[in-house]
Amino acid sequence: MRPSVVAVVRTGTANLASVETALRRLRCEVEFVADADAVARADRLVLPGVGAFAAARHAVAASGLEDALRDRIVQGRPTLGVCLGMQLMARGSEEAPGVPGLGVLDAVAERFGDGQRVPQMGWNRVVPTDGSRIVPEGFAYFANSYRLTRLATGDRGGDWSPAWSDYGGRFLAAFERGTVVGCQFHPELSGAYGRTLIARWLAS
Amino acid sequence: MARVVTGLPVRVVPCLDVRNGRVVKGVAFQELRDQGDPAALAAAYEEQGADEVVVLDVSATPDGRRTRLDTVRTVRAALSVPLTVGGGVGRVEDASLLLEAGADKVATNTAAVRRPGLLSELAARFGAQCVVVAIDAAATGETGAGSGYEVVVRSGTERTGIDAVAWAARAAEAGVGEVLLTSVDRDGTKQGYDLELLRRVRAAVSVPIVASGGAESPEHMAEAVRAGADAVLAASIFHQARWTVEGLKEALRARGVRVRPHRAENSWSAP
Repeated sequence: MRPSVVAVVRTGTANLASVETALRRLRCEVEFVADADAVARADRLVLPGVGAFAAARHAVAASGLEDALRDRIVQGRPTLGVCLGMQLMARGSEEAPGVPGLGVLDAVAERFGDGQRVPQMGWNRVVPTDGSRIVPEGFAYFANSYRLTRLATGDRGGDWSPAWSDYGGRFLAAFERGTVVGCQFHPELSGAYGRTLIARWLAS
Repeated sequence: MARVVTGLPVRVVPCLDVRNGRVVKGVAFQELRDQGDPAALAAAYEEQGADEVVVLDVSATPDGRRTRLDTVRTVRAALSVPLTVGGGVGRVEDASLLLEAGADKVATNTAAVRRPGLLSELAARFGAQCVVVAIDAAATGETGAGSGYEVVVRSGTERTGIDAVAWAARAAEAGVGEVLLTSVDRDGTKQGYDLELLRRVRAAVSVPIVASGGAESPEHMAEAVRAGADAVLAASIFHQARWTVEGLKEALRARGVRVRPHRAENSWSAP
């Protein structure tokens, strides 16, 4: 099989070694990209992210990537958003009031409740739904203080297939539509589970 | 404080104490003995079901410090579960280099005690989920005030007089995402974790706690979980093959501790 080339967005706020290693392990060639043309051109794109919502969002804006990212997600081109990269697809986050996300999902990330250990740090069960083709069932590694609890505030967003986890209540572990996937967890740190997910995405 | 629950399976975390690129393990931080290649050990532990791996690099020489980044790179290449790296993180830039080399979380100890502002700087730059405060604590004895535990720095050699529980609370306030709590008194003794220390820190912080120092058996780990640990760290019981991670998890499950199922029990299959 010809190796896939996967573009990984590098905006300076995320550590990318784990993502890079996970992709190379699946025989991908990895190229780091940081400009709109490369984001628009890439056959396959990973939008990683750790750190703060506002910093990551500003980095995306400063590099002029927002339209290119939004366009490829809306057009259904192969895109994988991880952790903060997933949350950036939403309308915003309580973590940074007033800082808009890409708005592909009409939902806002909220902090876990006071009754929970925060951050959520560890392995949680992911339960896909009928429409899930890429997100498997099993345990995945999470490290997050904020999460989305629904796909949309209204009735839009119905064409996304959710996968759910529970941490003091149900939250969105992942969502997918065709070859666009957002994961709150880190597939690149989720052992064999994560390899399965990434391999399915590469084959999608 | 209100009861805080995690709801997640307890993490079993093998720890690799590394010096000059090789895994060593001290008894009470002394008598370091060679245990092998860090990347090979890390890969073996992942295969056995380790939920993450911690690398604590105690290299003190300039050569050793240069080797540290190579160690992180080779362990990262061999590992597809989370990797926490500690040792020599004195500045934001040190953390940045470790993260670029492949660490997912960085742990800082002595430097944070010397300059607590480091913790909030790290959290602001990398996010709470990336920042671990490593606290080495020792009982103060009968004369001790406060919690009865004080912070010890410089690989367990220097007592500070700082209250360990208050320090944990302050670190959580500064934005760290996890406390790696080591009992210096228990480390290497095989007598089990210091449960009183765990209970006291548990009552003071709502971030996850990794229990460390003294584990020799599944019963010790189950006790730590009941005392409030979210993760249990051990070194020599794995390095010297007294337990595999898999066997240990089975024993924990038999004691009513929820752990992540081994891959064979999952309903999906690898490609």
